[in-house]
Amino acid sequence: MGNSLNAWSEALAGFYFFGLPLGLVIIAAIPLVFIALYSLTYGVYGERKISAFMQDRLGPMEVGKWGILQTIADILKLLQKEDIVPASADKFLFVIGPGVLFVGSFLAFAVLPFSSAFIGANLNVGLFFAIGIVAIEVVGILAAGWGSNNKWSLYGAVRSVAQIVSYEIPAAIALLCGAMMAGTLDMQQITILQSGSWGFAHFFLFQSPIAWLPFLIYFIASLAEVNRAPFDIPEAESELVAGYFTEYTGMKFAVIFLAEYGSMFMVSAIITIVFLGGWNSPLPNLGSVALNDWTNGPVWGAFWIISKGFFFIFVQMWLRWTLPRLRVDQLMYLCWKVLTPFAFVSFVLTAIWEVYVP
Amino acid sequence: MSNPTYTFIFYLFAAITVFSAAFVVFTRNVIYSAFSLLFTFFGVAALYVFLSADFIAVTQVVVYVGGILVLLLFGVMFTNSIMQTGQKSEVTLIIPGTLLLAGMIGALLYTFYTTHGWMPSETTLQGSIVERIGFETMSRYVLPFEMVSILLLAALIGAAFLARFDKSGK
Repeated sequence: MGNSLNAWSEALAGFYFFGLPLGLVIIAAIPLVFIALYSLTYGVYGERKISAFMQDRLGPMEVGKWGILQTIADILKLLQKEDIVPASADKFLFVIGPGVLFVGSFLAFAVLPFSSAFIGANLNVGLFFAIGIVAIEVVGILAAGWGSNNKWSLYGAVRSVAQIVSYEIPAAIALLCGAMMAGTLDMQQITILQSGSWGFAHFFLFQSPIAWLPFLIYFIASLAEVNRAPFDIPEAESELVAGYFTEYTGMKFAVIFLAEYGSMFMVSAIITIVFLGGWNSPLPNLGSVALNDWTNGPVWGAFWIISKGFFFIFVQMWLRWTLPRLRVDQLMYLCWKVLTPFAFVSFVLTAIWEVYVP
Repeated sequence: MSNPTYTFIFYLFAAITVFSAAFVVFTRNVIYSAFSLLFTFFGVAALYVFLSADFIAVTQVVVYVGGILVLLLFGVMFTNSIMQTGQKSEVTLIIPGTLLLAGMIGALLYTFYTTHGWMPSETTLQGSIVERIGFETMSRYVLPFEMVSILLLAALIGAAFLARFDKSGK
């Protein structure tokens, strides 16, 4: 296992077990295990603890020391729960809804470079794939909402889809600014272009005076795309019970939550890759103290991209407990009259900067 | 493409495409047809990947699944009488339909068997396909590209005008 680009994933892809391509299955399983582990620990437990501390509470404290085993207990409970399909629900759509939703959020993990040596599929249209594949999630949400045969679910699903489809526009234009600075859509290439001995100074966010604008626009739009507060009107507890997953119980409910945590990491990883250097170390080389050289490598890369992603997930949780929920019309106003024009402005300014300045 | 894994995956996606497309046509429930289209579009995108057309594959997902399918589902769901039994599609005009189908299949098969040299490309692709598409769009095909942009802009303005809240009315 060398240190060259994609060494681990290529070694895995060539791994055959009795003529069966077991390596390809392992490549697909790694992000899956990662999502499960992270949503179990940081996603559920972390979010409950963070929200508790922000509200000056203690959060789960009973199960294990500091409530560490709380999530395990929750999972055991979810596994034993009766799997209820409502009598008047559309059985087929009700059952496939969470599956399609999870597949939609999981597919984008195929093009996320987890380290310089590991990426599921090194496509030359990786970034385009990552923002386009969210469309499948939309269909899953509609299937879940319609299949439940419940007006809260349908309202939640329609709101969610309207929101995701609208916010894709500023999000895509903001990411195009990053793609324009890189001159490629290949996720590994975008990351490599941001490496250098000055660490964070090579990140696209600090490479142009306008880059903070698309960065901010994409962050706001990504909150709306994963239905997080302040854009959580699809599941607005005070008006829609729980939105499109009102009728779901047991493991189907858990799958919907896995999909949500999967998308949260996905958008955080994309913003990290495009604007904050992906798996590159942010530490600069200071003379003989070569911090950047010491903290770069395949394993360090995985550490950096996951920590950067977790930082953005922390910000998402922080915002959830800080900002009030937007109304539907305010949400659309923000998207079409604020974010989209500013995304176009940043697009034009980035183009001018890229053509004339360096 | 002689690798058995790829062959297996190809036939898997081909089967998904064909069976879901058949389901779209044969089911009597309009909602099921619409959701089944998801698998058809997705299968077609996968077949594009087998033709090494990654960009077109992703565009297929973005445009058809993200745009057209969602629009279709919204249209179907907001139709009030969707759940009524009278709304089911009926089988009519069997003879003209069969003739049309036979004619179409015959024409396609004729083209398939009389055209030679399907597989090899005349020029080998250098570098990234996205770059090539960008250069071609901005140089040789710039006029059609701009015309399509203006057409879409006109459609957008028209849609916004139609959806506008009428102040003079109720």
